[in-house]
Amino acid sequence: MSEAVVECIGVSKSYGPVAAVCEVSFALRQGEILSILGPSGCGKTTLLRLIAGFERVDAGEVRVQGRVVSSPRTHAPPERRHIGMVFQDYALFPHLTVAQNVVFGLRSASDAERRARLDEVLRLVRLEGMGGRYPHELSGGQQQRVALGRTLAPRPVTVLLDEPFSNLDASLRSQMRQEVQHLLRGQRTATIFVTHDREEAFAMADRVGVMLNGRLVQVDTPGAMYRSPTTPEVAATTGVCDFLPGVVEGERVATEAGRLLWTSTGHLAQGAAVNVLVRADDFLVMPNPHGNGVVASREYRGDAMVLVVRLPSGTTVRCRQGPYSELATGTQVTLAPSRVQPFVAYAKTRDG
Amino acid sequence: MQGDSSSQVLTVRLADLTRARTRRGLSSLPSLWLLGPSVFIALAMLVPVAYLALRSAGASDSAWELLFRARTAWTLGRTALLAVSVTGVAVLLAVPLAWLTARSDLPWRRFWGVVSVLPLVIPSYVSAFLVVSALGPRGLLQQMLEPLGVERLPEIYGLPGATLALGLLTYPYVLLTVRGAMENLDASLEQSARSLGYGPWRAFWHVTLPQLRPAIAAGALLVALYTLSDFGAVSLMRYETFTWSIYQQYQSAFDRSVAAVLSLALVAMATAILVLESRSRGRMKYYRSGSGASRRAGVTRLGRWRWPAAAFCGIVASLALALPVAILGYWLARGIAAGEALSPLWSEARNSLYGSVLAALVAVPAAALLVRHPGKLSRGLEFTSYVGYALPGVVVALALVFFGANYARPVYQSIWLLVFAYVVLFFPVALSAVRSAMVQINPRLEEAARGLGLSPPKVMARVTFPLLRPGVLAGAALVFLVAMKELPATIILGPLGFATLATAIWSASSEAFFARAAAPGLLLILLSSVPMAFLVVRLRSPEGTRT
Repeated sequence: MSEAVVECIGVSKSYGPVAAVCEVSFALRQGEILSILGPSGCGKTTLLRLIAGFERVDAGEVRVQGRVVSSPRTHAPPERRHIGMVFQDYALFPHLTVAQNVVFGLRSASDAERRARLDEVLRLVRLEGMGGRYPHELSGGQQQRVALGRTLAPRPVTVLLDEPFSNLDASLRSQMRQEVQHLLRGQRTATIFVTHDREEAFAMADRVGVMLNGRLVQVDTPGAMYRSPTTPEVAATTGVCDFLPGVVEGERVATEAGRLLWTSTGHLAQGAAVNVLVRADDFLVMPNPHGNGVVASREYRGDAMVLVVRLPSGTTVRCRQGPYSELATGTQVTLAPSRVQPFVAYAKTRDG
Repeated sequence: MQGDSSSQVLTVRLADLTRARTRRGLSSLPSLWLLGPSVFIALAMLVPVAYLALRSAGASDSAWELLFRARTAWTLGRTALLAVSVTGVAVLLAVPLAWLTARSDLPWRRFWGVVSVLPLVIPSYVSAFLVVSALGPRGLLQQMLEPLGVERLPEIYGLPGATLALGLLTYPYVLLTVRGAMENLDASLEQSARSLGYGPWRAFWHVTLPQLRPAIAAGALLVALYTLSDFGAVSLMRYETFTWSIYQQYQSAFDRSVAAVLSLALVAMATAILVLESRSRGRMKYYRSGSGASRRAGVTRLGRWRWPAAAFCGIVASLALALPVAILGYWLARGIAAGEALSPLWSEARNSLYGSVLAALVAVPAAALLVRHPGKLSRGLEFTSYVGYALPGVVVALALVFFGANYARPVYQSIWLLVFAYVVLFFPVALSAVRSAMVQINPRLEEAARGLGLSPPKVMARVTFPLLRPGVLAGAALVFLVAMKELPATIILGPLGFATLATAIWSASSEAFFARAAAPGLLLILLSSVPMAFLVVRLRSPEGTRT
């Protein structure tokens, strides 16, 4: 068997006529952090629950360390999977103290082992001396650390995190993100976490999987995911983007913003009508009285100025410029590519 | 007092639905016209206790000696024994029923969910009379077994009969609180335990049950207080508890301060139970610590236990509900066959309705006004409503007899003093129903209305009271339900010749005229079913009230 810690092969789950998870396949390697990114309702939480064993699969298999734990015929109960799960609301047992929560999963250990592991875990999650507190006596970040500690204490083969930072306020969120990442990497625990926050998905993970309508559309490193999304939907999920219509002419695509180098995951014939993916950082906006673009609106972001440039066909392109950009609304401009890498082109579908 | 706590359970359930938000009221001062009724209610709640204390202080030495006699200790022991056994039976019946109707794939789960609550409409004296008429000497069972040569059945009077009669009709109190807690329990807690290596049973035992402990304790508290205050069942079962000996002292002794002293002892016992329960909660908190969306618990498959579980529900429901109604019907038919004159029950029914409707009309609006104005006053009333929990009907009635005969001659021996007693007894019921509706109203709504240019009185009229209406209706239904069933205060305070359905049942069955008690019994259950149906419908549709 491969070194995959968790492997999903064609996993599907529907609720009545609604397919929540549809033929999802991926493999999680030892020590790897995989984030599943998708809008709410895309099935990402259901996928976690299928892996953890809280739901049964309709089709496909889930394997943990090579052993089939879920298939239409077999279903290992959650308690036999050695998979740790951190819930969105942490699910700390309110009737138990921090220490009791942490050792909850250490049933077969001796008292001495349990005490040793408790100290170790409390140190790990930086909650020394808090063992006697009750969950409601802790702050949000501390509660999350208890939840993580409780999950890590029995040394699970993998940890699943369900929207782990959505309950924290923005400033605490980035701090906890770093802390949790550091902790998981230090433990070399294979981790899957689901989120709808793309910044979070990119910042924490070795690989990102984009999930849309129950399907895992693409799994890639954060960089590859951002630079070359396989579909326009993935592109829209992974960052701000616009699409420039164009026509393939050899190694370039003719668009209103000039002739651009292109690449594609599929085959594109000469003269094919395409949409070119444009990220906000792809163009420099230059004032030019004879330019074919016009600044339609400006959005000041503090660290950047986002200009919306309207082209003759009415297509608009968002362009992020330095915060000192002085270009006023109504200024005639031209767009110049700010990158040397080819642009990703998608064949135009009939309706788009 | 019969069944006043039923309502409290229901309202605890209502409050459970929306535990999430505690209300911060708008900072409007209660106006003077509110202060009047509030102070009146507060005083009314305190009159019985204060008067009993005064009366006891002035009691003769012999009365105090009586309190410390061996016989009093004996009564205390019997009362405590009954409270413990009834509570035990109620919890043992209620927790499995709650789990089955809330969390399993029991066949006809919704049906059982409704049916299992309905025994609340059966007053304890009806339940007791049915147990006696079915299992007592020359009862139905013995008559059926007579051809087989069975001359005597095991003694049903006393502790076993009283436990059976009370346990079967008090278990819904525990059921409602526990089921409410179960439905609100965050499923991710149990799932965390599962993913940490606990099997389904161990997860239930180590995580779910501890979470349910406060709900079980709250339900058990209501059952225990109910048992302490019960008069009908124990008197018919000839099991001497405090309420029964207080009543006997009141009826027979010249020195009525003996009854006052015993009443104080009973109130002290009830208060002790209250304190015990609130102490048991400790430092742990039982609501979820996180703030994220909670996931509703899934349904557990029973597998081959499905039908045995349904049979269990069926047995409890038929013992507690179907059998009583059937036996009442049987006695009624037998009475008619034997030429028993079916006395017109119109006046009794009218009296029952009068008293209950008046009680609801006084108690509920006062509660609505008070709840609208949080502050010192309402906190004080919260305390007095706790006192109300611990005041048995027989004690309130007794206090008001003393009070009425000495200071309130004009209302003494009138229906007004009785209604006053109902208000004292059931005001906490109305208050908690209205309050639980109030906490569901998001204060932001009122603020939004203010922001849209409505003056505070207009906000109250157009936003607050319309939103409060379900709570007001529920409170009224509850007060009506419990006042209908009330027995001891009605016996003691009712004007001469004043009979209600409750007193008619009690006087007929205490003399073993079972056939004569059947008709008012059925009618009372029928009338009580109307508010009960209303409440069940409300309980079954909680989604609209969640946030």
